[in-house]
Parts: sequence; C-alpha cells; structure tokens
Amino acid sequence: MATYEVRQEIMSEIEEKVKTETAPKQDNSAIKPNIADPVVEVEDLNLSYGNKQALYNISLEIPKNHATAFIGPSGCGKSTLLRCFNRLNDLIDSCTVSGEIRINGDNIYDHAVDITNLRKRVGMVFQKSNPFPKSIYENVAYGARIAGINDKSQLDEIVEKSLNGAALWEEVKDRLDESALGMSGGQQQRLCIARAIAVEPHILLMDEPCSALDPVATGKIEDLITQLKENYTIVIVTHNMQQASRVSDYTAFMYLGELVEYAKTEKIFLNPAKKQTEDYVSGKFG
Amino acid sequence: MKGLFKSGDAYIWMTGLSLMFSLLMIAGLLFLIATKALGFFWPADVVEIKLTNGQVYLGQYAGNEAIPQMGDKNIKEYRTRLKIGNRDLYGLDFTWVDDDKIKSAEFPKNAIVLERREWGNFYGFLKELNINGNIIPGESKEAFSQLRGLINNANKINGKIHHIEKSEIGDINYKIENLRLKIRGLELSGNTDQAKVRDLNNKIKKEEAKYKEKEETLSTLYSRLNENKVVMSSVDGTDKTMPAGTLVRAFEPNSMGFFAKLGHYFSKMWEFVSANPREANTEGGVFPAIFGTVFMVIIMSIVVMPFGILAALYLREYSKQGFFVRLVRICVNNLAGVPSIVFGVFGVGFFLYGMGGIIDNVFYSEALPTPTFGTGGILWASLTLALLTVPVVIVATEEGLAAVPKNIKDGSLALGATKFETVWTVIIPSALPAILTGLILAIARATGEVAPLMITGVVKLAPDLPIDGNFPFVHLERKFMHLGFHIYDVGFQSPNVEAAKPMVYTTALLLILIVVVLNLTAIIIRNKLKKKYVSSAV
Repeated sequence: MATYEVRQEIMSEIEEKVKTETAPKQDNSAIKPNIADPVVEVEDLNLSYGNKQALYNISLEIPKNHATAFIGPSGCGKSTLLRCFNRLNDLIDSCTVSGEIRINGDNIYDHAVDITNLRKRVGMVFQKSNPFPKSIYENVAYGARIAGINDKSQLDEIVEKSLNGAALWEEVKDRLDESALGMSGGQQQRLCIARAIAVEPHILLMDEPCSALDPVATGKIEDLITQLKENYTIVIVTHNMQQASRVSDYTAFMYLGELVEYAKTEKIFLNPAKKQTEDYVSGKFG
Repeated sequence: MKGLFKSGDAYIWMTGLSLMFSLLMIAGLLFLIATKALGFFWPADVVEIKLTNGQVYLGQYAGNEAIPQMGDKNIKEYRTRLKIGNRDLYGLDFTWVDDDKIKSAEFPKNAIVLERREWGNFYGFLKELNINGNIIPGESKEAFSQLRGLINNANKINGKIHHIEKSEIGDINYKIENLRLKIRGLELSGNTDQAKVRDLNNKIKKEEAKYKEKEETLSTLYSRLNENKVVMSSVDGTDKTMPAGTLVRAFEPNSMGFFAKLGHYFSKMWEFVSANPREANTEGGVFPAIFGTVFMVIIMSIVVMPFGILAALYLREYSKQGFFVRLVRICVNNLAGVPSIVFGVFGVGFFLYGMGGIIDNVFYSEALPTPTFGTGGILWASLTLALLTVPVVIVATEEGLAAVPKNIKDGSLALGATKFETVWTVIIPSALPAILTGLILAIARATGEVAPLMITGVVKLAPDLPIDGNFPFVHLERKFMHLGFHIYDVGFQSPNVEAAKPMVYTTALLLILIVVVLNLTAIIIRNKLKKKYVSSAV
C-alpha cells in the first residue's frame, strides 16, 4: 500500500475517533497546564460557520507576558480561535459563537462590549503582510489617528517608539514618507507589527506571521517576538513546529476543531501526553 | 496548414489582425478628419480660370472629381469645383467647371480675398478706396496696406461696439430687469408701500438714462463704421462698394510667402477657438461651444462623482449581498445601455418641468410666466448627463472596491477602526485609481452625447456664456452651446451647407481634442494617485 493511502487511513481513523468520543467527556486536566496569571480565559467555546462547526468546546487559559503558540494541521481551527480573541470573526455573516472568552476578566462576547475598543486592546498581525497603501509614517500612525491623536509631535513620538519596538526604525527612519508598499516582505511584516503595537495593546495576536517570509526575515521576526513578550502577551499561530518550539513558552495542539493538548512548549515537544500530539510533532502526520 | 492551426499560431495571427484592423479604423478616422479639418485655415491660392466660351471665374480650388456618366463607363471626364464666393452677386459660393472647357488658369498677384461679416468671402480686385472722401485708386502701391489699415480700425470699432452691447448695455439691462422683477415681486406680495415702488422706478429711470447714453455712443460708432468705403471689382467686371466696417480680413494669397501663409493659418486657427461665431455659425469661431461643452462636463463630473461613489460604496460595502443587491446591480448595468434620448426625455419631464417648475414657483415667481429654471439650461443638461453616466461610475467604482484586498480591510478593523473609518481612510484611497477610471469613461461618454442635450438646454446660438460678470456670476439656468450640437447644426441645418463643410470637420476634430484633453487630465491625476498609493514593488 502506498504511503499516501496509509496516511489517509490513519486520518479517517482519527476523524472517526474524534467524532465518536465527543469532547465534553474528555478529561482535560492531564492536558492543560496550570496557569497562575491568565489574561485570556476561554471557556466552552463553540463556533460554526453556518452548518459547519469549526471549533468544539475549547477551553484554555493564556498566560500574561508569555508567547503561546497554536499548532495543528491546516483547517484545524487555530486561526479561527485566534480571530475570536479580537472578534474579527464577526465580519463573517454566517459565523455563530457560543461560550465565553474573558480578557482580563471581562467576557468579550458580552453585548455591552465596544468592539473597536476591544480591538485596540488586542492587536493583530496577519499571515500576509497588509500595509495600507500609505506612507510608512501614516501606516504606523494610523491606529493613533483613529484613536483621536492628531498632535504632530505626539504622533512622531509614537511612530518612532513603535518602529523601534519592531526593530525597524534604523532601516526606515530616512524614508518615512515613502510608500509602505515599496518595502521588502520582511520589512512590511515588521511594519505591521509596529502598526499593531503603536496602539499599545495588551495582547498581540499573530496569524502565521512568517509563512510568507524567507529564513532571514523569519529570524528577525522571531527575535522580535522574543523581545516583545516581555511587554505583551503574544498568541501566535504557526505551521512551523520549529518556530513554535523556538519562540513560545506554551503550545496548544489543535486538531479538527478541538484542543487536543495544551502544555508548556518543552513538554509538548519532548514528552506529550497524547499519542496524537506525539504523532504530529514528530512529523508522522500533518 | 494543419500544423499552423494545431500549433495555435493561426489564432495568434488572428488576434493580431483584429487589433490591426481596429487600429487602422481609428487611424483612418483621425486621418480623414484631421486632413479635412487642418486644411480649412490654409490660405489657398486664388486662381483665375478662363473658359473656352469666354466665361471667367476667380476663386479657390475645392476638389476635382470624375463627371458621373449615364451611359459609357469608359469615358473619363473630370470637373473641378471652385469656391468663387461673392454670394451677394452670384447667389452661390461654389461652381463646377468642366476640365476640358478650361482655356487657361492663372494666379493673378493682385487678387484679393475679403472675409466679410455677411455674404461670405469676396474674391476680386481692389478698385478704389474712399477714405474720408479721399479717393485712392486700387492700382497705387499703398492701396492694399491702407485697406488693411481700414479693416484693422473697423475691427477695433466693432470690438468696442461688441463690448458696449454685450457688457455695458448687458449689465444695464440685467439691472433694469432685476429692478422690474423686484417691483413685480412687491406687487405680488401685496405691498402697498408706494415709496418703495417709486424708489425702484426712479432707479430704473436712472439706468434707462445710462442706456440712452450708451445708445448714442453706439450710433456714433456705427456711423464711423460706414464712413470709409471699399470698392471692389469682381473678375467679370461688376463693381461692389462695401463699407469698411463690414469687412473682417483682407489678404492676397497669391503674393503671400510660405511664412506669411503660416501666420495667416495660425491667426485663423486662433480665431476659430477664441471668437464667437458669425453668419449662422458658418464663419468665425466656436468659443462659446467649447466653453459650454467643457463647463457642462465639469458640472456633470462634480455631480456624478459623489453620487456614483456613494452608491457603489453602499452596494459593495454595506448592503447585504443577496438577490436584491444582485437585482439592483443588473438594473444599474442595464441603465448604462439605455438610449441617451430616453434620458433626455426624462430630463425634460423631471428636471425642466418638475424641479424647474417648482424652483420657478418658489424663487422666481415674479418672473412668471417667463420660466427661469423651468426651461432648458446648462444645469438640467448636466444633471441629465450625470444620470446617464452614473452607471459607468458605479460599475467602475464597485470593481475598484472589490479589488481592494480583504486583508487590508481586516488590518484596519483589527486596529480598532470602525467600518466607516476603514472605508474612508483605507478602502477609498486604494480604490481611487479605479474610481477615476470611471470618471474618465463618464467624461468620454458625456462629451460625445448630443441627443439628450438638444431637448434639455443646448441651442444653436447662445447670446451669453453661463459665466459672466453679473452677480451671481455663474448662471446655471442659461442655455448654452455645445460642440456636438454645433457639428450637427453647422453641417446639416445651416443655410449654406457646402461652405460650412470644412467647419464640420474642424469642429469634429476640436471635439476629439477636447475629449482627449479632458481624459488626459483625468489620467494624469490618476497616475499621480497611483504613484502615491500603490508602488510598483510589492
């Protein structure tokens, strides 16, 4: 039998298992770390696009000023989960959510929550760098302007600080008025990080921030993440397991919309509690 | 052969050929119009043709063709068309001369072409000048330069007369009319204060006194126009006496050098784009038509842009995509294909009679029953065209909005921007080039449109421009002239179609040029924006 077919068989077996062993009955204590100071608490989160359920009973806690990585094969729902934290899924009409996500103790799916305010507190960096078709300066100042800051010296300060924070200031300080679209891919992604931290969020979400970058640019971004986690809580979605092991303190492994295992990164990669996790991190499937 | 089709080369050739044909057609069109139009200003030599039967003609060549033969197709005989002018003497500007009957053709050095304010050109020889009673014979050396001096003076006087009639008397009339309307307004509102009416009447009397003064100045000017006489003799010996004031220009093409002709050419060209029309539009310039066309397009753009962009924004960004929105989109697309005259009819019914009628009743009731806005005018024509072109702008804008990457929108929203802020600060700037493409298409369509204008405000001769020195300076209710309609009017409605033919081509060329200039402006703006917002390196 060809390897591909073997894999297919294993996959369908696993799917079968997941469907039959419904999630609520799972004993989660073994696969969840004890987190002393959680910033984000997710409780029984279910999410579906129309009739298609994408997330099943997710419960986890994300520690403050650490980097947490979500790993798992394509379509496992890790990006969807990430987008719940700043309610970017609201843009999709058919999306329905149940359960709770608490950030600093407040349920963000409460009706009284001001979404724009939430998004100012929870910044996001996307898979593909998405600078606005404006100058470098205006890109970084965008969030501040939206927040109502128009004082030039204040904006200058924010731009310099954010670009410094994204390790980009030295490279672009002489061409702040040039179009952001003229930068290299890695620079653009760091600009997006600068733009996100310019509004001083508490949490920084990163949706596969390096997937479109070469190894050098990836290295720079990873260094940056290591620096940023001193001041920000970082949640990063990645396909790259090496990256997860390099930058994150905690790692959550997701599969088919469920949280399979969540633990300290070393534990996930060296001594996972579940066979599924071990198979994935060792490259047997995924 | 089989290989040619199999390899696909044949299809490449086909695509290339189609493109070539399209380009050839466009080039041919431009070439035809340009050659016919650009020759119009050239001072062609004046030829004196003697026929075998003793008849003599003096005029300019205006083409040569084979005589249509009834029977034998092999007989080839040709005839020449001459522009002989002198409509007051001969009745027709043009004549045909059979080539085999021509005995001799000469180019007399002293043949003069006179451009006149009436009756078209005069071809002939200078007989004598009557300057303040002094007779100067035409043979004397300085006679021609003195003729030119006379005409220059006369042109200056005519300019003065024009200024007095248009601006000064125009202003006075405008004031008197306004005062009358005030009195009428007072009467309508049941005013009983006679002092006010008397005051206004006194003001009118003052203005009328001023008017009298101006009229006297005018009559002296007019009499000065007729003081000096020019006596010309045509080639067949008839003498014609003309007051110098009726002449516009005199030249001797046969004794002009190349550069003198070139100077004449450009001065005629300048007259064409800067002067008012004369003689039922067949002579003079087309300035009011250029002005009307450009002004109308500008008003249309100002109206159509916000309207179209907002509609497209709603359709693309705010409305819930579904059956109804699809239906609206189909309707908008179909609207772009509705014949323009239908929009014209709508414009007459809705804008002129509907909105115009209401405006007249509310704001201009004292002028009724004479309509102010309740009749054709540049505002209604522009609005009709805006309606006609709004689908183009909507479609182009929607395409531009759809092309803005979703992750840019997400990026803005993720920074805490509201949907409106995102649309305003990120999406519209990104889509601006596409929006301007829509404007370019709209301008191209609007500039060429004639049918709806004919019933919503275009006239063959508008006495006043829509902008002048009288408050409120911009008069959107005025009727206006338009190059497209001018072509139709000059070419097919004028009393002297033959003589006006070159004018048709020239006006058509000018219309093309204006479309090109308007589009180029929009394209330059678009490229600047593109450079600003979208860099080549991604």
